[in-house]
Amino acid sequence: MSRNLYPINQPVLEARGITQVLGTGAAKVHALKEVDFALRGGELALLMGPSGSGKTTLLSVLGCMLTPTVGTVSVCGKSTTGADAEELARLRRDHVGFVFQSYHLFSTLTAAENVQLALDVRGRRGNDARLRARNALVRVGLADKFAATPRELSGGEQQRVAIARAIVSDPSAILADEPTAALDSENGQSVMTILSSIARESTRGVLVVGHDPRLMPFADRIISIADGRVVDERSGGTGAPRLRAAGGS
Amino acid sequence: MPLNFTLALRNLFHDRLRFVATMIGIVFSVVLVLIQMGLYLGFGRVVSTMIDHASGDLWIVRQGTKCFEDPSLLDARIRDDVLATADVKSAVPIVIGFSDWRLPSGEMTPVFVVGTDLKSGGLQPWNITDGSVDALKADEAVAVDQTYYKRLGVNGLGSTADLRGRPVRVAAVTDGIRSFTTTPYVFADLKHAQDYTGIPANKISYLLVTLKPGADVAQVQHALHAAVPNIEALTPAAFRDRSRSFWLFGTGAGAALFAGALLGLIVGTVIVAQTLYSSTKDHIDEFATLRALGSSNAYIYRVIIYQALLSAVIGFCFAAAIGFAVVEVTTKGALPIVITPTLVAAILALTVAMCIASALAAILRVLRIDPVMVFTR
Repeated sequence: MSRNLYPINQPVLEARGITQVLGTGAAKVHALKEVDFALRGGELALLMGPSGSGKTTLLSVLGCMLTPTVGTVSVCGKSTTGADAEELARLRRDHVGFVFQSYHLFSTLTAAENVQLALDVRGRRGNDARLRARNALVRVGLADKFAATPRELSGGEQQRVAIARAIVSDPSAILADEPTAALDSENGQSVMTILSSIARESTRGVLVVGHDPRLMPFADRIISIADGRVVDERSGGTGAPRLRAAGGS
Repeated sequence: MPLNFTLALRNLFHDRLRFVATMIGIVFSVVLVLIQMGLYLGFGRVVSTMIDHASGDLWIVRQGTKCFEDPSLLDARIRDDVLATADVKSAVPIVIGFSDWRLPSGEMTPVFVVGTDLKSGGLQPWNITDGSVDALKADEAVAVDQTYYKRLGVNGLGSTADLRGRPVRVAAVTDGIRSFTTTPYVFADLKHAQDYTGIPANKISYLLVTLKPGADVAQVQHALHAAVPNIEALTPAAFRDRSRSFWLFGTGAGAALFAGALLGLIVGTVIVAQTLYSSTKDHIDEFATLRALGSSNAYIYRVIIYQALLSAVIGFCFAAAIGFAVVEVTTKGALPIVITPTLVAAILALTVAMCIASALAAILRVLRIDPVMVFTR
């Protein structure tokens, strides 16, 4: 098992009683209200909800980018309470991989370098890092695109590079923010298949934020959020919806 | 090689227009600083060229003499007191002063006469291309520099003119003995130089003292100060420093050169800071992504610092090439620009410091990056 992977079915990311207030004064918004959530190793969880429901805010909190106003977040059992910006960055570095809606690849770097960058920020360099980056690209089906720059890749290929970048350092959790939103149906399916296989083939937890119903068959668990509260949680695939108490886990 | 270096390198060359603007800023700044400092060094060398080419251990000057061109005079009889001082081997009198050179056409031009006892050495013309020092011992014989032929209305050995109403004949020609005042130097024997400058026979400008082998310079200086009133016994280094200090700082010329260099630095810093800042702003999404991926702030700062360092080194190379070309052009000028290895190293360090200081604004911008922004862009 790689060093960052966490025992299967154990929460890799856990949020308890999260309330997140954004803005100040008249612009103050309660983006999350007493949310409890756990992402377990080996599952692909789908977080769904309308625009402005708090999905991305919850993703930011779970990804240690945002410190909750109230509540606690644990990453692989370690509480983030009191952590400063550098400590949060270290937690992200050690345990979390991200996939963004607009890929956020580095335009001047090749696909292999973009993936390798995730290792470089962790201080992992040299031939081993190069090999790992290439293996990650092979894993997402881009064995022939090592030297291509983002401009030379299609949207689907760019997103696959982003997934390779997210998995190359073997994080415990992968957080994907609407990873298929900018893709056509075929590429969207392809990306979700990869993310789903990543969750199934390891003890890594994958949380996907989205609102496209076509994502649902890939999910082990579907969580619905509205107005900053978790309002529903059900099994993916054919699983029947289970109504949950607000804020329940 | 860390990837943040690769990223810095690619970011630098990615926007070619900005890269060119950065290079122009750095090259302008560095060339300006290089030339100002090269002028400073060149000026320092030129003002002390006579002192540098004199052979002696001590200069006896009138108390308070500010520079080699100072018109203060000494009583010629002090030479006996100087020679009587322990460990003094010889004391060669030198006379300097301005005079009027009349061209064959009747026009007048000022010249600076340097006269010495040619039998004893001391301060003789150097870089002689035609004629000889011995030829200067003849009556009416003078040495001039070929750079000033046109100015003096002569065209080589045997040319004649009048110097303060006395006929003179060019008996030696030098190459490259130029004055920073643009007034031509004319070398002559001591006695004739006194005539040409109007200095009485019982007066001299300096005594150039040579000490016996093994003599303690400081002790001899002390003894000379005790034995001869109203004089100073200066080592060549001290006289050189005093001359340079007078011309560079007493006249404000040095301050002007430093001010020019400072201006270059300020302009360079502002231009580089502006281009680095705009580059950082353009790549802010990438820096936010790095932060989201968990990179430390230091990792991101290094991207900016590498960009600054690369700009500094590349810009410096261009500037140095231009600087050396300017040096070549001014080599034969009245005020050559002097670039030494130490100056090159110092300006490279200054360029690096300037570019790193310029990176500060960009670093402060990056410091405010919120990684959450990657979700909204």
